[in-house]
Amino acid sequence: MAKRPFLIPGVDRRLLIKDSLKTMPDVTRRRFIAGGASLGALALLTGCDVIDSSSAETMLAKVSKFNDAVQAWMFNPDALAPTFPESAITKPFPFNAYYDLDDAPDIDGKDWKLEVRGLVDNKKSWTLDELYQLPQVTQITRHICVEGWSAIGSWTGTPLRDFLKLIGADTRAQYVWFQCADKDGYNSPLDMRSALHPQTQMTFKYANDILPRAYGFPMKIRVPTKLGFKNPKYVVSMEVTNDYKGGYWEDQGYNSFSGS
Amino acid sequence: MASLTVTDEQVGATPAKVIQPAWVRIMHWINALAMILMILSGWQIYNASPLFDFRFPREYTLGGWLGGGLLWHFAAMWLLMINGLAYLITGLATGRFRKKLLPITASGVLHDVRAALTFKLGHDDLTVYNYVQRLLYAGIIVVGVLIVLSGLGMWKPVQLYYLVMLFGDYPTARYVHFFCMAAICVFLVIHVLLALLVPKSLRAMIIGR
Repeated sequence: MAKRPFLIPGVDRRLLIKDSLKTMPDVTRRRFIAGGASLGALALLTGCDVIDSSSAETMLAKVSKFNDAVQAWMFNPDALAPTFPESAITKPFPFNAYYDLDDAPDIDGKDWKLEVRGLVDNKKSWTLDELYQLPQVTQITRHICVEGWSAIGSWTGTPLRDFLKLIGADTRAQYVWFQCADKDGYNSPLDMRSALHPQTQMTFKYANDILPRAYGFPMKIRVPTKLGFKNPKYVVSMEVTNDYKGGYWEDQGYNSFSGS
Repeated sequence: MASLTVTDEQVGATPAKVIQPAWVRIMHWINALAMILMILSGWQIYNASPLFDFRFPREYTLGGWLGGGLLWHFAAMWLLMINGLAYLITGLATGRFRKKLLPITASGVLHDVRAALTFKLGHDDLTVYNYVQRLLYAGIIVVGVLIVLSGLGMWKPVQLYYLVMLFGDYPTARYVHFFCMAAICVFLVIHVLLALLVPKSLRAMIIGR
């Protein structure tokens, strides 16, 4: 089924970017979620004046929080995302971001270091060479975008839970919070149970080659049990924390758990 | 109670029967609201990554952008699910489904379709559904179950992988979800048109008689 070209307009990069731009937040959208009881937000919300926007927003935010709890309750850490044969891989795998590929972070792997912060025993930063020494596994899974499209890819890297163990992370903490190098400071929180899921991976390779810039060089966090926007690319730091620090899309209204 | 027979000419010689019990009416209108919220927010979500070569006009979408549409969709979901489950359970437990919707025979459907198309299908007794109604109402319940199952599968393709398997794979579940929506929209148009053509059926769904 992954062969349908219209599902992934990835054949045409321009089209993809156009698509991503459509989901890009503008000032009005930010206001919609921020909770301003403005007429503009009201019109956006309902297309008419019937529903009071601020109370609707408050209600929707509450339900979304409730949905976080429901999803956490439903989450079975032993349930594995389906894996696929190599023949099922989507080619080309789409580049997807809220910016053009030319604006994607262009990181020099020699200078880059993964910063580790928060509730961990060993806060040492990791060079790419050091990380490449860790045992790696490959998995072919389906990436599902919040927009609805999906694509099957092959990701290779170190299970995040092994790394968390290695650095002596307090796995009773609530979140692992990732900061990325994207413009506008992309970041995203990952709940600890999802972080410890056996398929959650610090990814260094795509299709057995060093992760290209389009897919998040030098390191992506691949979480096959989460929607795409919770699979951060160009990661520069991770923090083990009990605080909910929000995230780029989460703050704008995407459901924070967004687990599959 | 023959002694209580009303003489109102509009009602006729027999007492006005309850055509739609209160629980049916309440659940019907809650469902109508939930469906409209789900469809309009669903169109917003569809527009983020269309399956076909068209998008829904922005004026007919709910939420302002994808994130808002998703918030509405996953809020109205509870209304639809809880109300829908209550409806299915009550419908089965009270025997309403069996009494009102069964049997559905091919000859009965053919007969009533022909009668409907030649405007000869009577609606004298609204307590008995004709075969076209039975088919449509039973069919839309099946579609409703399918759209919820495909939707749940898309929401939780790992945790509820067996639901995705039921439809084949994740992209197929999306198509099933879409076509169920389309079927509901077609149903909605026919349903509303017919209710307007037979206003007493609309009245029955509001005040029961």
